[in-house]
Amino acid sequence: MRQNEPSAHPWMANSIADIKQAMLKEIGARSVEELFEQIPSSHRLKRPLRLPRQLNSEAELKRHLVDLLAKNENCEENLNFLGAGCWQHHVPAVVDEIVGRAEFLTPVWGSAQSDHGRNQAWFEYASQLGELLAMDVVQLPVYSWGCAIGHAIRMAARLTGRREVLLPRLIDPERLSVIRNYCEPREMARHIEVVQIGHDRKTGGLDLTELKAKISVRTAAVYFESPGYLGGIEAEGAEIARIARAAGAETIVGADPISLGVLKPPAEYGADIAVGPTQPLGVHMNCGGGVGGYIASRDEEKYVREYNGFLVSIAETSKAGEFGFSLASAHQTSYGMREAGKDWTGNSVYLWAIANAVYMSLLGPKGFAEVGGLILQQAHYAARALARIKGVRIQFPKGFFKEFVVNFDGTGKSVARINKALRRHRIFGGKDISREFPEFGQSALYCVTETHSREDIDRLAAVLKEIVSK
Amino acid sequence: MSGKEKLAPYHAPVWSEPVVMELGHPGRRGQIFAAADPKIRKAVGEPKGLIPTAMRRRKAPALPELSEPEVQRHYLHLSQETLGMMGISLFGTCTMKYNPRVSEMVAARPDLAALHPLQPEETLQGILEIIHSFDLILRELSGMDQFIFQAGGGADAAYTNCCVTRAYHQARGELGQRDEIVTSIQAHPCNAATAAAAGFKVVTLQLEENGYPSLDALKAAVSPRTAALLIGNPDDMGIYNPEIREWTRIVHEAGGLCFYDHANFNGVMGKLRARDLGFDACMYMLHKTFGAPKGGGGPAVGAYGCSRALAPFLPTPVVAKTADGYRLDRDRPKSAGKIREYWGNVPQVMKAYAWARAMGSEGINEASDLSVLANNYMDKKLGAIPGLTRSNPGVRKWRMEMTRWGLGKLKEETGVGTADVANRMADYGIDPYWMSHEPWIVPEPFTPEAGEMYSKEDLDRWVAVIARIVEEAYADPELVKTAPHAQAIHRIEAGPLDDPKRWAMTWRAYLAKHGRGQEAR
Repeated sequence: MRQNEPSAHPWMANSIADIKQAMLKEIGARSVEELFEQIPSSHRLKRPLRLPRQLNSEAELKRHLVDLLAKNENCEENLNFLGAGCWQHHVPAVVDEIVGRAEFLTPVWGSAQSDHGRNQAWFEYASQLGELLAMDVVQLPVYSWGCAIGHAIRMAARLTGRREVLLPRLIDPERLSVIRNYCEPREMARHIEVVQIGHDRKTGGLDLTELKAKISVRTAAVYFESPGYLGGIEAEGAEIARIARAAGAETIVGADPISLGVLKPPAEYGADIAVGPTQPLGVHMNCGGGVGGYIASRDEEKYVREYNGFLVSIAETSKAGEFGFSLASAHQTSYGMREAGKDWTGNSVYLWAIANAVYMSLLGPKGFAEVGGLILQQAHYAARALARIKGVRIQFPKGFFKEFVVNFDGTGKSVARINKALRRHRIFGGKDISREFPEFGQSALYCVTETHSREDIDRLAAVLKEIVSK
Repeated sequence: MSGKEKLAPYHAPVWSEPVVMELGHPGRRGQIFAAADPKIRKAVGEPKGLIPTAMRRRKAPALPELSEPEVQRHYLHLSQETLGMMGISLFGTCTMKYNPRVSEMVAARPDLAALHPLQPEETLQGILEIIHSFDLILRELSGMDQFIFQAGGGADAAYTNCCVTRAYHQARGELGQRDEIVTSIQAHPCNAATAAAAGFKVVTLQLEENGYPSLDALKAAVSPRTAALLIGNPDDMGIYNPEIREWTRIVHEAGGLCFYDHANFNGVMGKLRARDLGFDACMYMLHKTFGAPKGGGGPAVGAYGCSRALAPFLPTPVVAKTADGYRLDRDRPKSAGKIREYWGNVPQVMKAYAWARAMGSEGINEASDLSVLANNYMDKKLGAIPGLTRSNPGVRKWRMEMTRWGLGKLKEETGVGTADVANRMADYGIDPYWMSHEPWIVPEPFTPEAGEMYSKEDLDRWVAVIARIVEEAYADPELVKTAPHAQAIHRIEAGPLDDPKRWAMTWRAYLAKHGRGQEAR
């Protein structure tokens, strides 16, 4: 090879002059340029792209990426108490191995036969999540919890012919913003009105008096969460569902699946549709790029006909006694019906559904009971330890799962200032919610999981005590 | 090309894995969580006491109980029963590429996997720099002024566009009036579907003989009710609409916005730019064109870029560069709000950045050259096989990076349709091809897209397999109609999947409808 001849790119097998010539000869074209004859010359970019230098050496590329990422600080080298929709849970090693397999990582679509293994893993995602939720139909996941709520509300609106949803005022503003887009602005003909319900001052749960006052024949659905955005377990779930049912509305419950080894499944207190996050089940935080959302319901045709995405059913094959797994609802999606389909679907987070399946198989019933119990104990221990610091108060000190609101008003210091001081001790303090919910004053949402140790929590308490006393 | 060419035999692994719900033994464990520290137990007591009585779980979930290696082996077997890209996958409209392992290695590092999106910005400078640098790369490729990565796929980017369109017209007080979105029948279904889900009426243009709708049809469709045009170009037939500049002018004159669905970007990378053609916004799929893996359907990214005029309406946050580093700009009062929590599938953005850096300007240009060359090379060879018809036979020019073909003639003559051929391809170790989006404009369609990764030998083999199957269809149609024969399982009939009495989307539903498990029968 001549010294000045460019190397073939490692990712392009045909980037070799004689191969290109052979292909051109085969088709009877003089040059590659000739093949672009359909594009009018006036449409063409007349200059080379101005991009950073090519890094076709893997060694050089890796060094570049690693150097860039080293400018971050991560939640392994720091002690992290951030949650709020993206949580630091343990990811078992086998989960990482399975989702890293090229067979699962790289395919696009295939068929029920050629990608049988993937379809089976999808069915096992739905089957195991169905056991946690006590529900018989689980769709392949959508993009996020907020997106799952959005689709579920639209399902309820189609099912009831009504155009209003009641949901808690104490909800993640990120989720609420997503929901508002799914419910469409007022100007649109099929706008769904979002009506927020306040909370019980003592428990943080939904204010039932306000709910009763606001629910009506216009209400398509009541949506609430357990645990909610601020961590609280909704103790009145059954009563809320009863009120919704009496008004002819659907009950949609948002539940964190990692809590369901210890908390009652939504179906058992009246949920018609359950939604929630999938990231806690074996997916890394990935800077927020690990989120996904599930949607589930009873196995009633009226619900099944309203799902927007893909449902995978077990089915017999042409060989007696043999089973496979195939899409049961593709015709009602946007792929089958364009604008007449149910909302829309497309690529989602299906690889994470496989992570979730492996995670649930590894934990089993006892693993879920253990992890849920451990989280509860550690979170409550942390809340009590922080409450002992002078000037620090827990907003709703009972009935929460892994997150709780820590109020610093009594310290005279802002959350921003405290979190800045925590940073010097390599601690990421809880999410500052003082702007989202001013009624809670200077408050932060703390998250404690199974990944924390008792020493971690004691260290947080000791450092906080030192910071606020200064 | 002769079907007689020697084709190495293939058979998929057959592991006959039971559903995981049937595996295991009571008491086995795959993961253990340590009991809480004695000091914690003493302080707070048993978990039960921390849950409101009415909300305690009474009955344990009926999950399988397995040891760790049992779980590992089960899912390894399932991975092996997934053909996907293990053979040759020329899945058209999806631009199959190599997904570099180096990016996977880097993405698994705690400096990305263990980042929380709410960390202080000064602790996220590396990833923010990557996102901003990639934004600049996409700006250069498109001519747009700002990109965001919040959308979880191409369809979600189309939805993002509809939300931005709403916010734009709302700010001008015209949203009530502008309630229509114009698209064409060959545009991806997600354009029409997301427009409808965002509350718009959908106006769908039909195609002329030359492969695209006429300017007259467009002029008749636009009006003061037009909110936006959503269109792809080139289309899935490999035809480029040379009048596209006129299109954007006509829509703009009517007061509408123009969105370029750049799903089919691979053949025009570095050759043209969306903004130069008059578009206000465009979308790239990082899991297709930019080398990030597809994951069997995500996590994916629809990178959405727009003009300076539309940027204020983008979902938040937007990554911005300042004098002292990078920050997340959340304070954007005109923003359309959020379409998904946080800022997107960040690892996929890093992988796309890695791809773009590894390719560089010269590599990206070479990739579009090779993908167009490869498609026309395949066209030549496919055209020699009986029973196959190229879409839009009147269009005699070279096609772009993919071409739609039809097996209508084969179906008429043998009864073997495109779904049968797709199933049979897997028996040769080849990923069943993409047929076509709805509606089928070409009878019995299939849509190969070669891309830049596959070798000439791979392309020859793919075409040889088609030729062999066509030969089989004429000689022994039943063989193809009952395919596949060399897979982990046999063919599934669609009927029961649409019957509420028989479908079962979970194991518990299956048990309720069909009694005990497979092993018990």
